[in-house]
Amino acid sequence: MMMDYVWLIPLFPFVGFLINGLLGKNLPKNVVGTIGSVAVGLSFLVTVCIFAQVLKLPPEARHVEKVVFTWIASGPLQVQAAFLIDPLSLIMLLIVSGVSTLIHIYSVSYMHDDDGFYRFFTYLNLFVAMMLILVSANNFLLMFVGWEGVGLCSYLLIGYYYEKQSASDAGKKAFVVNRIGDFGFLLGMFLIFWTFGSLNFKEVFALASKYPVGSGVITVITLFLFIGATGKSAQIPLYTWLPDAMEGPTPVSALIHAATMVTAGVYMVARCSALYSLAPISLTVVAIIGALTAIFAATIGMAQFDIKRVLAYSTVSQLGYMFLACGVGAYISGIFHLMTHAFFKALLFLGSGSVMHGLSGELDMRKMGGLKKEMPITYWTFLLATLAIAGIFPFAGFFSKDEILFHSLVDGKAIYWGIATAAAFITAFYMFRAVFMTFHGESRVDHHVAHHVHESPPLMTVPLMILAGLSVVGGFVGMPLIEGAHVFRNFLSPAITPVAHHAAAHPTAAFEIFMMVFSMAVAGLGIYTAYKMYILFPDLPTAICDKFRTIYDLVYHKYYVDEIYDTVVVEPIKEGSNILWNVVDAKGVDGVVNGSAGIIAYLSAHLRKLETGFVQNYAFAILLGVVVITGYLIGR
Amino acid sequence: MTLNIPSFNLASIGPWITLSIFAIAILLADALSPKGNRTAAPLLALAGLAVAGFQTISLWGKNGLDFARMVYVDNFSLFFYMVFILGTALTVLISLQYLKDYGKNLAEYYALLLFATVGMMLMAAGAHLIMIFLGLEVMSIAVYVLAGLFREDARSNEAALKYLVLGAFASAFLLFGMAMLYGAAGGTLFLNDLPGRLTAGFKPLTLLAIALLVVGFGFKVASVPFHMWTPDVYEGAPTSVTAFMAVGVKTAAFAAFARVFFLAFPTLMPDWTMVLWVLAVATMTLGNVVAIAQTNIKRMLAYSSIAHAGYLLVALVAANQLGAVSLMYYLLAYTLMNLGAFGVVILVGRKKDSYLSIYDYAGLGAQHPALAAAMALFMFALAGIPPTAGFVGKFYIFSAAVKAGYIWLAIIGVMNSVVSVYYYLRITVLMYMKPAEADLGPINFAPAVTATLLLTAAGVVLIGVFPGFLYNLALNSVKIFPGL
Repeated sequence: MMMDYVWLIPLFPFVGFLINGLLGKNLPKNVVGTIGSVAVGLSFLVTVCIFAQVLKLPPEARHVEKVVFTWIASGPLQVQAAFLIDPLSLIMLLIVSGVSTLIHIYSVSYMHDDDGFYRFFTYLNLFVAMMLILVSANNFLLMFVGWEGVGLCSYLLIGYYYEKQSASDAGKKAFVVNRIGDFGFLLGMFLIFWTFGSLNFKEVFALASKYPVGSGVITVITLFLFIGATGKSAQIPLYTWLPDAMEGPTPVSALIHAATMVTAGVYMVARCSALYSLAPISLTVVAIIGALTAIFAATIGMAQFDIKRVLAYSTVSQLGYMFLACGVGAYISGIFHLMTHAFFKALLFLGSGSVMHGLSGELDMRKMGGLKKEMPITYWTFLLATLAIAGIFPFAGFFSKDEILFHSLVDGKAIYWGIATAAAFITAFYMFRAVFMTFHGESRVDHHVAHHVHESPPLMTVPLMILAGLSVVGGFVGMPLIEGAHVFRNFLSPAITPVAHHAAAHPTAAFEIFMMVFSMAVAGLGIYTAYKMYILFPDLPTAICDKFRTIYDLVYHKYYVDEIYDTVVVEPIKEGSNILWNVVDAKGVDGVVNGSAGIIAYLSAHLRKLETGFVQNYAFAILLGVVVITGYLIGR
Repeated sequence: MTLNIPSFNLASIGPWITLSIFAIAILLADALSPKGNRTAAPLLALAGLAVAGFQTISLWGKNGLDFARMVYVDNFSLFFYMVFILGTALTVLISLQYLKDYGKNLAEYYALLLFATVGMMLMAAGAHLIMIFLGLEVMSIAVYVLAGLFREDARSNEAALKYLVLGAFASAFLLFGMAMLYGAAGGTLFLNDLPGRLTAGFKPLTLLAIALLVVGFGFKVASVPFHMWTPDVYEGAPTSVTAFMAVGVKTAAFAAFARVFFLAFPTLMPDWTMVLWVLAVATMTLGNVVAIAQTNIKRMLAYSSIAHAGYLLVALVAANQLGAVSLMYYLLAYTLMNLGAFGVVILVGRKKDSYLSIYDYAGLGAQHPALAAAMALFMFALAGIPPTAGFVGKFYIFSAAVKAGYIWLAIIGVMNSVVSVYYYLRITVLMYMKPAEADLGPINFAPAVTATLLLTAAGVVLIGVFPGFLYNLALNSVKIFPGL
């Protein structure tokens, strides 16, 4: 049975990580790249084999756990290093290993002139190994290992160009913000253990099903877990790290910050559908946060000029859609969108990387334009992906996004649908704005760059074309309307616990078709607006911006959220630390002595310190402690 | 007149005897050997530790009292013996080159390490409060001297003096508390007898005694507000001694702390857990927040060690079996990761602690990838990131708190570990993401220190991935606490 070898899936990239990490420095770049790509490719191969086998099993038997060893055996707490093979983890494994393979191949060419080539592939392989652990773990703790691991790799890769201050700052920010999310995850995990006495998915979900809908403890657990999800999947209020994460190399943005790692939160919510379905309050929170993030990030995306930042905010916004889907109980639609998004967003990022490659690293769309002719493959694949994300039939994004819009109305509230539809309009607008600014119109490329604009080599364009193919046909696994044709849903549903109260309203096919046409019309309107503003009347945007200067500034500066966080959270902690140190805690003398004059000054400072009685101060603190503790114990 | 000699078995205190004999042998060998030849001392120390370790293993599984009920021979104390032996042995390894650079590779240094270890063992095994006090003093006096080893260095002097003065102050409280307890219990200080003898009528006196014991132990584990000596002493003392204090002294104090409170005061648990709850929160928070502002690596690790005392206090507050187990596991994990980190500090400090600023770690990732990777591992372990031992330890501790119903304490603890990431991560950021500001010269990779780093790094990962074995050992050891 191939399934017995499921542990090979994360092992291959891990071995790649070890080889490249230990020996990579002395290996030629081609070898390093090949090792990295082949390692991930092998994981994909194993996943496909297992997938083929699982398809042969009857749907109810598609849940297999393979224990490698027992990690923590502590009386009641039994945690295994074990893998879970079920439809949900298989879909995730396929997406992660498949997209990763393509991005690895692309990177061999993209990163070829980089000095840290081996370092890049080392981190990338470690990331893939961790991500594969995250999605295939059979318990919360092992999932958390992957969860932390991908955070660590993401941090290393964002700060990859560490000579740049902004890059290392961005890496740090990503890590710290993610840790805030992880804190929620950890607490959720402790509560799960406290409540159910287990961390194994199957056991926890089985025990949870005995709880009533709306049970307090499950609501708290799911809310804590969702804090974790907002950190990893860049939702309000913890989304700020993702746009900054664009400081990393572009393949990293494509792989980690668009296609895979950031979807971990969505995966986790879907994985815990058995818990979320019991907590209506949490679901409402998930839906609201998702919807708000979708529109909030989309509006910011309208005013950015850095092509990667546009894509970054678009990612945040699309992740919002996925959470909205989960929040209204349409977990499968959320995962469906996760998959199609992985295809077209990876493609968009790789496409923007190809543009950067052709333009010697230019990111500002104001210095692009008219690239259609020089970079035909990049242009056409980018256009296909844009059509997909805008939700135009029959591209992949149409099916998944339409499903989410549909469910947000039918299973949720009209307001969710309204917000999501507005966000869809904005998405279509700013994505085509990007296309028009980059590829159409007059060239605004700098002179010294202009004469060597070129299409990227095949090693980069072939992955683009494969992803473009997937962005076109990827949606057909989720055919609406026709009974039984939604193979994606049929495959996934055994792994998902639906929300109980549904199934009452079953809208007619006519209504469904009307909804589709409507959302298409909205997308079309967005595209037309962009066309009007950036092709027909290129002066219009400036005029509009001038007219609504305040609003524009607000949006352009991303609503000043970073500044607010800095003033409200970051600075007070730094200040507090200094105050605590200086005032509450005695401040000592830092630093190393320089020269003999320094020594004397130093000695005197210290001797004086001894004489004027710091020790007495310390003793006084002890005495104070004594008084307070005795007073408390005896006096109460 | 009949002379009543209680029966006793010397094997019960075999490790103490061995270490004492070896310590004396080190001094004698030094006196008799030609001047300047000190290679024998560290070797003898390691040999003594090895023999003591072997004796400890052979005692494993025994469960009882010896020496007129003064000494416990049980797995709880034996587990800690092993932690002490490991900590001391690793300290010996990181000391060699460091002391040579200072011209201070003295035989008495190693002898004092062994004497201090004997004191720690007394603390972990004492069945009578006087025994515990005796152990505390044996340990402390040796460490006072060690802290002032660099007599010519003002900082080292200052460290020793401060530690001595304040240590004496705290010991007085401890002793005073024991005296109160003696009165309250009607004339006994045997831990086994105390629960039965502490009657309700003397509750105020007992509570007073508990408060004073908290002060005494709180000082040794560096808990707020008895922590203020820690940064100064840790910074001033020789780095190898700082490492020894951070792991050995703290572990011993926690062993005694746990034993006394779990065994003697189970009925008063609601009273003392509340006090420790507050101390734990204050200690964690102050340690972590202030650590952020530090730029000297030894001071940073000092505050980090204060923060860790806070986490360990959480395990005491939980006061259940998992809490006791997590305490033991964490102390071992802490010994490994902290000694590893101090090993790196010694290497990066180069000759005579020339480079102790955290900015001296800039660019280390490019210059010495292996050393930087090891330091990153220790930092991640201290921050509690899986799959290192630090993560599993924190996971045990906070699970224990949650299990005991202290949800808020666990929340505060986890929040604290989030804050702590900031300063541990800063070292990693400096190593990997900042270019070196200047060429600080080559690092002398002394074989003993390198071996320590390899051992501790492997240990941090190994017991993180396979904690089961240790967990079972610890679980086996905490069966002695009927109150949990």
